[in-house]
Amino acid sequence: MENHANKTKARIEVRDLTMAYGSFVIQRDLSFTVNSGDIFIVMGGSGCGKSTLLRHLVGLKAPAKGKVFYDNVSFWDSESAGKEALMRRFGILYQSGALWSSMTLAENVALPLGEYTRLSPSQIKELVSLKLALVGLAGFGEFYPSEISGGMRKRAGLARAMALDPDILFFDEPSAGLDPISARRLDELILELRDSLGATVVVVTHELASIFAIGNNSVFLDAETRTMTAVGDPNKLLAESNDPKIRSFLTRGEQ
Amino acid sequence: MDISFSREPDKTFVVRLGGRWSIADGLPSTEELQRQIASDPSPERVAFDGRELGHWDSSLLTFLIKLTNFCSEKSIHVSNQGLPEGVARLIDLASAVPEKKDARKESGRAPFLSRVGEATLEAVKSAGEMLAFIGEAFLAFMKLLRGKARFRRSDLTLLIQECGAQALPIVSLISVLVGLILAFVGAAQLKMFGAQIYVADLVGIGMAREMGAMMTAIVMAGRTGAAFAAQLGTMEVNEETDALITLGISPMEFLVLPRMLALVFMLPLLCLYADLMGILGGGIIGVGLLNISPAQYYHETVAALNLTQFVAGLIKAGVFGVLVALSGCLRGMQCGRSASAVGEAATSAVVTAIVSIIVSDAILTVIYNRIGV
Repeated sequence: MENHANKTKARIEVRDLTMAYGSFVIQRDLSFTVNSGDIFIVMGGSGCGKSTLLRHLVGLKAPAKGKVFYDNVSFWDSESAGKEALMRRFGILYQSGALWSSMTLAENVALPLGEYTRLSPSQIKELVSLKLALVGLAGFGEFYPSEISGGMRKRAGLARAMALDPDILFFDEPSAGLDPISARRLDELILELRDSLGATVVVVTHELASIFAIGNNSVFLDAETRTMTAVGDPNKLLAESNDPKIRSFLTRGEQ
Repeated sequence: MDISFSREPDKTFVVRLGGRWSIADGLPSTEELQRQIASDPSPERVAFDGRELGHWDSSLLTFLIKLTNFCSEKSIHVSNQGLPEGVARLIDLASAVPEKKDARKESGRAPFLSRVGEATLEAVKSAGEMLAFIGEAFLAFMKLLRGKARFRRSDLTLLIQECGAQALPIVSLISVLVGLILAFVGAAQLKMFGAQIYVADLVGIGMAREMGAMMTAIVMAGRTGAAFAAQLGTMEVNEETDALITLGISPMEFLVLPRMLALVFMLPLLCLYADLMGILGGGIIGVGLLNISPAQYYHETVAALNLTQFVAGLIKAGVFGVLVALSGCLRGMQCGRSASAVGEAATSAVVTAIVSIIVSDAILTVIYNRIGV
């Protein structure tokens, strides 16, 4: 969480990134920059490697070629201590929430706090109830993930992602499996968090409504040519792009 | 984390916040401020001045929320205007959805008697479920006999390979060692009478009637029963079982039946192999340590054993196969919908299988004794 006035630049730069599983190349030569305070959308059809790109950005999978820089520091060339310090600045919301099922919601949010801060249990409890209140789950701390609905699980996952006040938030398909109203509320929450915390947000999605509502920058990954075909504000891409694939994606195949 | 305050003439209590706020430095206490606000003359309003604030994070938010809650208890108005815009908005967001009071679950332990009662009801229920499961498995088996059961033959062959051929190395190791142990224990006693040669009888009969079947079954309970429970449990978690049911395919026929058949066919075969390996293990001790010649040991073993003893062991192995498969599949199908539930299912499958193996072994031994086998 950063104050706007003296925010440290959280800039992500991807340079010539090639992603592959063994010899099977998923995407090649990706180069783009995410500026601090951006809500950056990674879009593209199913199976084009959106989620794989996210795994490369957060340090779960090493690139086959190319580099990922955070504030001009190359992630994959850092020592493991440097990597861990960087990863602690990340907050990640996984596709299905990925809450630890043997722990209550409160314990889920408390785990990173207990690991990485020297706060007392009662202080951690206060922070946990703040995080749960921020995502609209005040009072649900004693529930287990299996006892709440899918939308609530996503919000609880967001509370856990925000536990350590990250300055870069990653969302993998945040609105998948949510009803339109819950999806919009989650979008509003993402905007609100970006505006008030000054965080940088990377969102993987193919939900058009979300893309136009929250994104101010984006990259379009093409499944057939296996590389990116456009970078820029999605609203501008819709207005100006001549690429038939991008047009058809952004207009649900109507143009 | 700089906190100071002042009392303005218009009964406003102004809290000045400044410096760097980070959860890494801990959370500041609100007690001093609370005491000041509560002391005379009590203010009508509390306002904030956040112009000096540097970096801030959740530590500031929890501090402010605690203070706000305290003031609303005392019915003192709190104004967030002096705070940075982001802070004020987050506080609004955190208090936008009221805390769900009835959602909080009752904690604390139930009294002893009520826990005993709950446990008893649970045990009765699970016994009922087990009987129902056995009944369903039997019906599925009847369907199989009529040639109407639906499962994929390729699944069955794969399972047979998994719990047959792939189990050979571990079964070899365990049964050779059991043979060695039996021979050692027997040799120590029989040597006193100069009757070392009877080690061959002891190992042969012990393996064929008892240890071959029992050890194979226990290995298979740990190896295959747990795997069945974890597989079926994960399928339950992923709604794969539901997908089968909605297609009108009984998971009992499609998932449980092939697993039971595979184990019921394979366990007696493995048991036969274990008997052989156990006798080999006994032979190693007999020839190596007790100076019995290989030919002598072989003849003594052949003289001691007859077909009845092998069949007695094989029947046991078949029964154990049913039990291992049943408990693995039962626990898998009862699995809840979480990762820890899958772990519990696997554990309880092994425990159920081993307990039922030992109990049924005792029953069968008594029956054999009565009918004079």
